[in-house]
Amino acid sequence: MDILSLTAVELAKAIREGKTTAVEATQAVLDKIAAGEDTYHCYVTVEREKALKQAEEVQKKIEAGELTGPLAGVPFAIKDNMCTEGTLTTCSSKILENFVPTFSAEAVLNLEKAGAVILGKTNMDEFAMGSTTETSYYGVTKNPRNPEHVPGGSSGGSAAAVAAEECFAALGSDTGGSIRQPASYCGVVGMKPTYGTVSRYGLIAYGSSLDQIGPLTKDVTDCATVLEAITSHDPKDSTSMERKNTDFTSALVADVKGMKIGIPRDYFGEGLDPEVRDAVLAAAEVLKAQGAEVEEFDLSLVDYAIPTYYTIAAAEASSNLERFDGVKYGYRAQDAEDLHTMYKRSRSQGFGPEVKRRIMLGSFVLSSGYYDAYYLKALRVKALIKKAFDEAFAKYDVILGPVAPTTAPKLGSSLSDPIKMYLGDIYTISINLAGLPGISVPCGTDSKGLPIGMQLIGDCFQEKKLIRAAYTYEQSVK
Amino acid sequence: MAKQYETVIGLEVHVELATKTKIFCGCSTAFGGRPNTHTCPVCTGMPGSLPVLNKQVVEYAVAVGLATNCTITQYCKFDRKNYFYPDNPQNYQISQLYLPICRNGSVEIEVAGEDGGTYTKPVRIHEIHMEEDAGKLVHDDWEDCTLVDYNRSGVPLIEIVSEPDMRSADEVIAYLEKLRLLIQYLGASDCKLQEGSMRADVNLSVREVGAEKFGTRTEMKNLNSFKAIARAIQGERERQIDLLEAGKEVIQETRRWDDNKEYSYAMRSKEDAQDYRYFPDPDLVPVYISDEWLENIRSRQPEFRTEKMKRYKEEYDIPEYDIDIITGSKHLADIFETCVALGSQPKKVSNWLMVETMRLLKEKEMEPEDIRFSPEHLSKLITLVDGKVINSSVAKEVFQVMFEEDVDPEQYVEEKGLKTVNDEGALRKVVEEVIAANPQSVEDYHNGKEKAIGFLVGQTMKAMKGKADPASVNQMLKELL
Repeated sequence: MDILSLTAVELAKAIREGKTTAVEATQAVLDKIAAGEDTYHCYVTVEREKALKQAEEVQKKIEAGELTGPLAGVPFAIKDNMCTEGTLTTCSSKILENFVPTFSAEAVLNLEKAGAVILGKTNMDEFAMGSTTETSYYGVTKNPRNPEHVPGGSSGGSAAAVAAEECFAALGSDTGGSIRQPASYCGVVGMKPTYGTVSRYGLIAYGSSLDQIGPLTKDVTDCATVLEAITSHDPKDSTSMERKNTDFTSALVADVKGMKIGIPRDYFGEGLDPEVRDAVLAAAEVLKAQGAEVEEFDLSLVDYAIPTYYTIAAAEASSNLERFDGVKYGYRAQDAEDLHTMYKRSRSQGFGPEVKRRIMLGSFVLSSGYYDAYYLKALRVKALIKKAFDEAFAKYDVILGPVAPTTAPKLGSSLSDPIKMYLGDIYTISINLAGLPGISVPCGTDSKGLPIGMQLIGDCFQEKKLIRAAYTYEQSVK
Repeated sequence: MAKQYETVIGLEVHVELATKTKIFCGCSTAFGGRPNTHTCPVCTGMPGSLPVLNKQVVEYAVAVGLATNCTITQYCKFDRKNYFYPDNPQNYQISQLYLPICRNGSVEIEVAGEDGGTYTKPVRIHEIHMEEDAGKLVHDDWEDCTLVDYNRSGVPLIEIVSEPDMRSADEVIAYLEKLRLLIQYLGASDCKLQEGSMRADVNLSVREVGAEKFGTRTEMKNLNSFKAIARAIQGERERQIDLLEAGKEVIQETRRWDDNKEYSYAMRSKEDAQDYRYFPDPDLVPVYISDEWLENIRSRQPEFRTEKMKRYKEEYDIPEYDIDIITGSKHLADIFETCVALGSQPKKVSNWLMVETMRLLKEKEMEPEDIRFSPEHLSKLITLVDGKVINSSVAKEVFQVMFEEDVDPEQYVEEKGLKTVNDEGALRKVVEEVIAANPQSVEDYHNGKEKAIGFLVGQTMKAMKGKADPASVNQMLKELL
């Protein structure tokens, strides 16, 4: 049995059935990490000893019948912007080079309750700002499907770790597409749940009103299973919701008969790579063949999503990142003669250029005299975008489109032109602005062999519809 | 003729709310405690932590708003005020700018006029908002470094912002007294200026009498007592008038009052005022105060001073002066009412509060809110006196101990053997001895010097170690003489 090729759910089953153990699986994946990291660099921190110890404990509990769930014994990777008690948590930034949290993120605790083994922390764009994982202070991550290409971002390390079999499943976070886009680039499944589904407690904030933690997995079944495990109402997070019917795995049904799927024409216009377009439309045909009703429609306002997103996310980020000041934790510049200089130098030396760009952008749109013209206007557009989606979901169960305009670009080709990089988020960011769930499902490759992802978007709380459609597609093309 | 100037004053009053836990986390708000022991990831601004609003803060803020005749903003929000300072762990303070919880209120103040009488006037309240307190910086001169204590970080505050409706230090103090009393009655805060649970910043400008426009104002900080406020107002008024008289301009700035030097220093001017980049805090959901919740808070509002005074006048036969003093402190009024409810005579309770309690408060430089003895014990003490178990001078001694240590007077009297001797035989024996020992006084008495009996009573009380009823002693002496 090739343990590493198993999905998370398959592995847990094999462990339950005594065919392997959590320790064996953890050891296998740690060996794979040791072999693969020189090439891919998916991780900022790997906790070998801790993971093996945790695997031993989990295995004991499984044998004692205390852990019986579908993820018990499965080794996971965690994006490095989620706090993990006792384990370095850097957000891939120099400013947190020495930060060891005193508590774990609620989502991580939920995984551990389900019997997960935590392998380590995955590389990302610094503070989740970027679309390629190239803005990390700790070096770039490479796409396991083709190491000359980026894995996408910002959860590039998590997506690449799943693709490279350096974990069985991973957690990422998605503020404007940071789970779905790298999932698409790396050929794995990634989901951003409805805002408020997974607790943000312990997630180091980028854009608080947009951030959401979600799974990156090998298939749709793992995705639904992990989502079910990390979903919880957390009183420590005021924006966490008390949801009912979160048995997402019950939606793993290969049947879309009568499901109404809308294809927004606006998502197939200028800038979309024809190969991506064809693959996504072909995927729509597959669902149609399975009985779904597929039609095109006009979503509108798509052009406004990018400026709106970058205004709101940057504004929140400029404030969220103020706490990194060299006073309490993290990097502190030496030899500053006064407080102000210490602040300035610590932040100038601690943050990378993309983070600084967004802090400056965010500070500008919030400053006196510009607040109404930028931030407030962006909030109004956000409300209009939500309304446009509400109208669409009055007609359709699911919206289907591409995840990104292209497949993974080559390393080093994106950062020189930030505007172009920002435009790459066009199909994913409105979903965050509207708080909706979205899933990225692999739907083929381009002529270079790079993966293409299809995005399914649902109304708030309709993850099950997404899972059902994604699962049906996945089973149909198996 | 010299120009006549008018002082125009508005106040920003910060009140620390009496919640058990902080505004956005479960840490204790208790004063003191070793540095950074009342802290958690939330109130130290650790990455990944999130605030959760303490409901009691909203209830107190609404209660204060209702008591000051404000309109309650039933859909209100928290905003972030961004500025870098080490006492502020997130480098933003969670406060309210766009939708503060209360607006457009007013309170009636009563002020002593120059003619010896009093006048009343309304002071309008612009808004009341909720916010979190900052930590404390401690400079270590020995190590030449500054340390931060986050125990106060996240302690809930309300800021009450008045309109510029006050014209003198007397009006300012009357306004502060009024707020303090309302808030103490609500139990929302103990409002102690010295301890910082009530802080007032004074916005002051001067203008020529009759002028329509306000002058340029300054904001005065660091005022820790009513006296300091009065001195700072006087000082700032004079400083501004001097500037204007000298043909100079008043600069809009924040100044810090040094009460020892009776002088203020410019802290920062409007030019270097920071841009706080306020925006709604995305980590907190808007606060919706439903009609039902609002009514619930309204129905729990206590009887305030004005109503209480009126009721006391109707229900209790005690002097108006006593009513004024007793209702001047929620704690005193509570003690009074509990004692009366326990069956003590109102007049007697009032006497204990007005005489002995006030004397001891003054002697120990305490506020009525600091009183520790329980009304149950005062009531017991009154019962002991009424039943002639102890006499009034013993009662005063017992009261002093009770005031200091809140002892149970019944138990204390029993333990210390302070009961009045009611055994007539024993008393007669002592009185006979005193008569025998003081022939001169006896003779004086017989010669019509009524006062001589006082000396004999004193001697008897002394011999009885105070444990006799002076009236009985007096009567027995008269009988035997």
